[in-house]
Amino acid sequence: MSATSADTRPTTAGEPSAPTVSTLELAGVSRWYGNVVAVNDVSMSLGPGVTGLLGPNGAGKTTLLHMMAGFLAPSRGAVTLDGRPTWRNPEVYRRLGLVSEREAVHTFLTAHEFVLASAKLHRLPDPAEAARRAIALVELESAQDRRIGTYSKGMRQRARVAAALVHDPQVLLLDEPFNGMDPRQRLHMMELLHRLGDAGRTILFSSHILEEVEQVSGTVQVMVAGRLAASGDFRTIRRLMTNRPHVFAVRSTDDRALAVALMAEASVTGVELDRTGLTVRAGDYGAFTRALPRIALAHGIRVRQLVPEDESLESVFSYLVEA
Amino acid sequence: MSTVSWITARGLFGRRRFLLLLPLPAVLVVLAVLSRALGVDPGEWGPAVLVGLGLAVVLPVVALIVGTGVLGAEIDDGTVVHILTKPLPRWQIVLPKLAVATGVSAVTVAVPLYVAGVLADSVRLGLALAAAASAGALAYSALFVALSLVTRRPVLLGLVYVLIWEGLLGNFVSGTKVLSIQQYVIALADRLAPTGLLEADVSVPVAAVMTALISVGFTVLAIDRLRSFSVAGETS
Repeated sequence: MSATSADTRPTTAGEPSAPTVSTLELAGVSRWYGNVVAVNDVSMSLGPGVTGLLGPNGAGKTTLLHMMAGFLAPSRGAVTLDGRPTWRNPEVYRRLGLVSEREAVHTFLTAHEFVLASAKLHRLPDPAEAARRAIALVELESAQDRRIGTYSKGMRQRARVAAALVHDPQVLLLDEPFNGMDPRQRLHMMELLHRLGDAGRTILFSSHILEEVEQVSGTVQVMVAGRLAASGDFRTIRRLMTNRPHVFAVRSTDDRALAVALMAEASVTGVELDRTGLTVRAGDYGAFTRALPRIALAHGIRVRQLVPEDESLESVFSYLVEA
Repeated sequence: MSTVSWITARGLFGRRRFLLLLPLPAVLVVLAVLSRALGVDPGEWGPAVLVGLGLAVVLPVVALIVGTGVLGAEIDDGTVVHILTKPLPRWQIVLPKLAVATGVSAVTVAVPLYVAGVLADSVRLGLALAAAASAGALAYSALFVALSLVTRRPVLLGLVYVLIWEGLLGNFVSGTKVLSIQQYVIALADRLAPTGLLEADVSVPVAAVMTALISVGFTVLAIDRLRSFSVAGETS
């Protein structure tokens, strides 16, 4: 890696160097278009690690991302990166990278020219080396001298990610980054985001596909109809929603006896018995998971399997939308 | 050449609509050559070809195609975001783009006007037309680059200005000529090479001051609008 300048500004892309931690802060942010409220009073603080911004289409995710990236003024509230507003402040792009949803690339350039141009526009001290590293990071070396116009959707996406990473930003915002990627590219992108997050970068990506968020990120910000519906670790969020039954698949040495014993437990709201085992509905996640071993032990039953069946993001999400 | 101007030029020449630039200047030269070859009196064909076609059509239309192409086209297809997500003061984006637009328009228009001017009268008229058209290219480019940032339909609005305001109203309402870049170019060219072929309706000081005002004013407007550039507010 080439010499870093005196300030904390990174000089090249690549395996993340020791970062200065950046925090993206939203305080009471709203955005409306005429009478339509796209984002309604959202407050959040994003620190290092990977965060998923989840929500159905039309929830306001893109509007929120655009405000974070300084491409839209909040109608009310403030978006700041390390205390400075992102709106009308190009300086934030020293620490912030954006991969927008719209598949917009200069198709007449090769990926190498495109990423190199980004490095030069960032005025990096060694743009050629930064471009090489960024292209290597997204594994696009073999196609880097072909015009982007000839690329598949996934390859274009990787070229854009390389351009957004060329200055090794502290904060990377990605709008629906997995769109159009094949499973291998998707996996690779997920690994890359993990790596960047683990290295102390603040990564936020939006998605309406639950598995993506579930696989990449334990932390979610869930938006529904312009509001921040939930925020935090998605399993915790699910647990907090005690007014909904939690469903567990349980297998044991004696399913029928366990079913009888469980019905006496206050936290259990229903038990179903079939050939594969028990499906238990519990009103209180914590109380049930504490009670089960005690009940099994008291009845001499050995529990072979306990799987929270609806612990996927999908169910968390549908609860939130219904609520 | 700065990276912004390099990308701008690549984008301009890489798009098919660049080919639209070629026919108009060609027609201008062909008409001038034909008139001269057929021995028609320059007093008859000069005003029609030089002003009617060259300054009233070729210059503004070429400047419109190029001026809306350097920034408007990038806003249309979304690639402008790549340049905007860089820590560059916005004037460092607008000025190189304006320079490319002015340079390309000026060269595309000044060369055929020079040829036509020489054929109609003298080298001096050719040079005067080329110089005045270059100044006009700057003013038109600043206007059309700024239009790209204040409206989603810069080409349409640009055409309205060129065809309705300068072309149509200019013939009936003399007051509109004070706000007509075409008139400034005519006045400047006529001052540089006085002939009977060009008829100026505004004074030279007005033309010079207004050309400068329009160039600077719309450039400042473009820089300010680019600072507040918002991505279209679709929610998804």
